[in-house]
Amino acid sequence: MQFISEQVHQIDPAFSQKVKQMADTPLDRCYQCLTCSLSCPVAFAMDYLPNQIIRMVQLGLRKQVLTSSTIWLCATCETCVARCPQEVDILRVMDALREMALGEGEEGKEKVITTFNQTFLQSVRLLGRQYELGMLLLLKLKTRDLFTDLILGIKMLLKGKLKLLPTRIRGSKEIKAIFERTKGEV
Amino acid sequence: MRYAYYPGCSLESTAREYDLSARAVCRELGVELEEIADWSCCGSSPGHCTSFWLSHALAGRNLALAEREGMDMAVACPACFLRLKNTRHEAMANADLRKKLSEILGMPYQARHDVKHLLEIISSEVGMEAIRDRVKKPLSGLRLACYYGCFLVRPPKVVQFDDPENPQSLDLLMEALGAEAIDWSGKVDCCGGSLSLTRKDIVTKLVGEIVAAAEGVGAEALVTACPLCQVNLESRQKGGKLPIFYFSELMGLAFGMREAGAWFKRHLVSPVALLTSHGLL
Repeated sequence: MQFISEQVHQIDPAFSQKVKQMADTPLDRCYQCLTCSLSCPVAFAMDYLPNQIIRMVQLGLRKQVLTSSTIWLCATCETCVARCPQEVDILRVMDALREMALGEGEEGKEKVITTFNQTFLQSVRLLGRQYELGMLLLLKLKTRDLFTDLILGIKMLLKGKLKLLPTRIRGSKEIKAIFERTKGEV
Repeated sequence: MRYAYYPGCSLESTAREYDLSARAVCRELGVELEEIADWSCCGSSPGHCTSFWLSHALAGRNLALAEREGMDMAVACPACFLRLKNTRHEAMANADLRKKLSEILGMPYQARHDVKHLLEIISSEVGMEAIRDRVKKPLSGLRLACYYGCFLVRPPKVVQFDDPENPQSLDLLMEALGAEAIDWSGKVDCCGGSLSLTRKDIVTKLVGEIVAAAEGVGAEALVTACPLCQVNLESRQKGGKLPIFYFSELMGLAFGMREAGAWFKRHLVSPVALLTSHGLL
């Protein structure tokens, strides 16, 4: 049975332990009631439902979990966390999985989302605060998508909703140090 | 009532009218907001989606700055509010985390002071009676759906404010201003704000459902306390007809503040016609 042996081969027994440790939440308590998936506003767009991700983590299906679209499409709305009857902090699990995926260089299926996160944080690292106009332009260049929302962007500029020039906080060196000191910290 | 005020990045750009109206209303109500000197970004969702320690440290810097001033923090943006409150929550419960956080920051942080959202301060500390007393122009006839979104009420263990499934604070506040707060199903639904710039397809669907739910019960506008929801709901709705107010703007309007007209001019979906039709502008 080629299929089964391949599946077994992909099981990483240490994975579940590592996620539990990083997320600091008792994910073994999950009894698959599906409350999280039925509450999830983005479930319709995910490749695996949140309850399936929890089960896959328990089983050690590292590769499938870390390359899923689910971990990036999660909108971090906290609805599953508020409703889980077993008090599994699913958002902390998702955060741990995202951090692991980034640490292992897994690009995943939602590159536009990881690119957005990266671009957002670049602006914070440089200036200490978000500079929306610069961040938006950089994101457009990186994703080679110049025309989506062009009209909206112009409308927002005209309404004064986007600052034209960036401002840098006085403590921007402290921010840079925070980025340096937390690099690779797990 | 004196607070260390944390506006957050949006209030300097897309949500200037929220900052202006919140400051004006708080001044009127005797809530002193002292802006935290040199505050920085809370890290937002890109922060906690990238790194546990980066997220706590970006929030922690602001908490440590406020602690130095010796005041509880008042936060305008619910997304910032949750990041800050969450880091304080973890730091209170976990001495090791607190210690490591101080090391990363190079600043002491003891988690001594609370983090509160402006709506919490206005509804619990100022109270509805004081608000009713200041209403000069009741918002009579205005039919509103109060939209709380995610981070004001979730996760309940961390935010410890209002009911996570059927919150009331905004509804009671709008009724105190003389408006009609309609009961509806979309109060705590997620608008998909964090995906607004990356997965427009998903967000358009979520916003469409919220707008349809509000219109379905006869609401003429939505009221929110979140700058990310506000811009997302304005920019991602089809047809662009349903105005989205900040609660503080409507407070200022009901208090008879002259500057309110300028706030409404900044909206992407103009509420001017609606307010004029009710004789409020």
